[in-house]
Amino acid sequence: MTLEPRSERNTMLLNLGPSHPAMHGTVRIMVELDGERILNSEVEIGYLHRGFEKTCENRTYFNLLPYTDRLNYVSPLINNAGYALAMEKLLGIEAPERAQYIRVLMCELSRISDHLTSVAAMGMECGAFTVFFYMMKAREYIWDVIEFTTGARMTASYIRIGGVRADLHPDYRAALEKAVRETRKVLKDVHGLLDGNKIFLDRTKGLGALTPEEAVSYGWTGPCLRSTGIRYDVRKARPYLVYDRMDFDVPLGANGDNFDRYMVRMMELDQSLRIVEQTAAAMPPRAPIAVGDRRYVEPSEAIRVSRSQRVIGPVRLSPNLEGSEKDVYRDIQAADRRWTLPPKEDAYTTMEGLIDHFLFFMKGRGIRPPKGEVYFSVEGGNGELGYYIVSDGTDRPYRLHLRAPCFHVVSALERLIKGRYVADVIPTFGSLNMIGGELDR
Amino acid sequence: MSENYLTTKIEDALGWARKFSLFHYPFITACCGMEYMSTACAHFDLDRFGAGLTRFSPRQADLLLVVGTITMKLAPVLRTVYDQMAEPKWVVAFGTCTVSGGIYDNYAVVQGIDTIIPVDVYIPGCPPRPETVLDGFLKLQEKVRHQKQEWRWGRKE
Amino acid sequence: MGPERVIGNLEKRFPGEIVEASKDGEDLVLVIRPEALLRIMGSLKGPPYSYKLLLDLTCVDFRRDAGAFEMVYHLYSLDANGRVRVKVRLPADAPLLDSLAGLWRNANWLEREVYDMFGVVFRGHPDLKRILMYDGFEGFPLRKDYPLRRRQPKAVKGNST
Repeated sequence: MTLEPRSERNTMLLNLGPSHPAMHGTVRIMVELDGERILNSEVEIGYLHRGFEKTCENRTYFNLLPYTDRLNYVSPLINNAGYALAMEKLLGIEAPERAQYIRVLMCELSRISDHLTSVAAMGMECGAFTVFFYMMKAREYIWDVIEFTTGARMTASYIRIGGVRADLHPDYRAALEKAVRETRKVLKDVHGLLDGNKIFLDRTKGLGALTPEEAVSYGWTGPCLRSTGIRYDVRKARPYLVYDRMDFDVPLGANGDNFDRYMVRMMELDQSLRIVEQTAAAMPPRAPIAVGDRRYVEPSEAIRVSRSQRVIGPVRLSPNLEGSEKDVYRDIQAADRRWTLPPKEDAYTTMEGLIDHFLFFMKGRGIRPPKGEVYFSVEGGNGELGYYIVSDGTDRPYRLHLRAPCFHVVSALERLIKGRYVADVIPTFGSLNMIGGELDR
Repeated sequence: MSENYLTTKIEDALGWARKFSLFHYPFITACCGMEYMSTACAHFDLDRFGAGLTRFSPRQADLLLVVGTITMKLAPVLRTVYDQMAEPKWVVAFGTCTVSGGIYDNYAVVQGIDTIIPVDVYIPGCPPRPETVLDGFLKLQEKVRHQKQEWRWGRKE
Repeated sequence: MGPERVIGNLEKRFPGEIVEASKDGEDLVLVIRPEALLRIMGSLKGPPYSYKLLLDLTCVDFRRDAGAFEMVYHLYSLDANGRVRVKVRLPADAPLLDSLAGLWRNANWLEREVYDMFGVVFRGHPDLKRILMYDGFEGFPLRKDYPLRRRQPKAVKGNST
């Protein structure tokens, strides 16, 4: 027990966590109480430290992509995108235009999922179970859209260096429209349930407030910083992908209290839905897969024929490779063969493709960026998500460091709950949106 | 106690009651928590199996659902929570990180919670789809129904 | 204030303390001497540069190649939308540096993490102790000589196993 009673009054030491029902993962808050009032507190983190940075030093640049998914696990594709963009800056390549639009679509869907989960958890901890169920329902529709294209509901490892893994599912528009419609309905309901709710307002208005100068001093970014009134959004300050072509606002709060953080997230949900609709409307057309009168060649026949001559005609791929056919490849992956995988038809039927594929995965070969370092940041669900990568010319990163936004946000928790009641800890902590995978890495 | 018609019928009844009223304590740490939330909510309802009530205290729960990676720092806490539960209790390892350490084979992660506590059902997946979770749940219900039902416990040797 | 002017100004105010200055895209990269850290960071934080946001603070273990730890700081200026990366080299046998906890509040936790992972000690830090690993863990995991899989299981008490 590291927290010692620091005052002369008869105080009580209380331990919240690390396994507690406020479903944010594992954080331990030790508080020194005088009755119900908190005199001092200590926040202990590190219960989900999974050695991400050290593990990444032992994996190749391509292999460590699934580890990035599990950082901020409520918005996994944004972490993928941050890593892919940092590597693309280091390598000096750029993804094709359609891939950029797809990336923006996926990032915004992830951001919607992040904010839905955050507000739902905050509502649940304040006792509003209905909010939780409604928002989880909307999240399921969002995850359906992601699953159609990427194959996974959550940790997709979809956004790769050089582009994306596969093109959008041909019927994605119907699922997307349904998801957007349902999310808008849910948002309207939740606004009605919480915005004027006396209990919610009493628990959030005026509590957990931070002035803009203090917020900057604590290194806050993202919705928490914007709730204090400072306009800083990486998508507007340093636009990446195609965000400079999108029309969206950056909502700001006024007081920096719990209610403002909740409201900023709700408004950002509206803005993200706008971006999703704009992206879907402005999506560059997909390269036509003109089969025409050509017949699809079955895989076994293609492999047999390729032993003696080049295969003419499109090869039918297995269903789980849907979307990464050779015809769409130039829309979804950068053309440079040193950094991206060859299309599967080439890998299985031509010698050059097989060699490219092999060299990509061989130990000591594959993606070997030039010596140097890079820092690239994207706007994550919690703020500025930055990747600092040091490369020494080999196939593994020398150092990969994540600038985790909620690390800085949670470092202010002790300051926020000092002098408050125990019951105020829960909505304050809920409004900060701490994600364990990102906090502890 | 000798087995006869009455005791087997009581065993059946107890097994049936226990399997349809599992009160779980979700020990949530990481990404699998998101799939747990999906499983417990309206789309893939856990309540229809009688396990919808989440007990937020180990003293009131009989199923310890370990969701997400367990690190070395958290291992003593997990053991304490398990010890605080009263018999009969079952443990489900949800997600590959709890089954075997998952993709994290390093200095900080426990390689499988069965090194610390006894596990009844393992649900692999990273994260497991809600259908997989429900499948694991049904297997647990089978186990609960058909195991020897104790209704008196003596001191453990 | 553009990067070149910043470099020019700093070199006038702190002669000899800036070892190297370069640009990385739009960002400025400075390598400075450890003794000048507090002074240069203090002046970068205040006007006219106003790099008020400490984005990040981390360390890289270059002991095998260069015999040194390299501390890396990222600062951001909200008004000018400019970023600067400040690097400081520490000798491998004496990884000791001034703490920035007085200038930026998040430096407190960031420096605890660098201490936990690399063993760099920060002078003037209010409460330097481990943050991510548990008490009783021996060694500094992110150093290159710590093997990835060396586990030190924490004692787990139980009534039966």
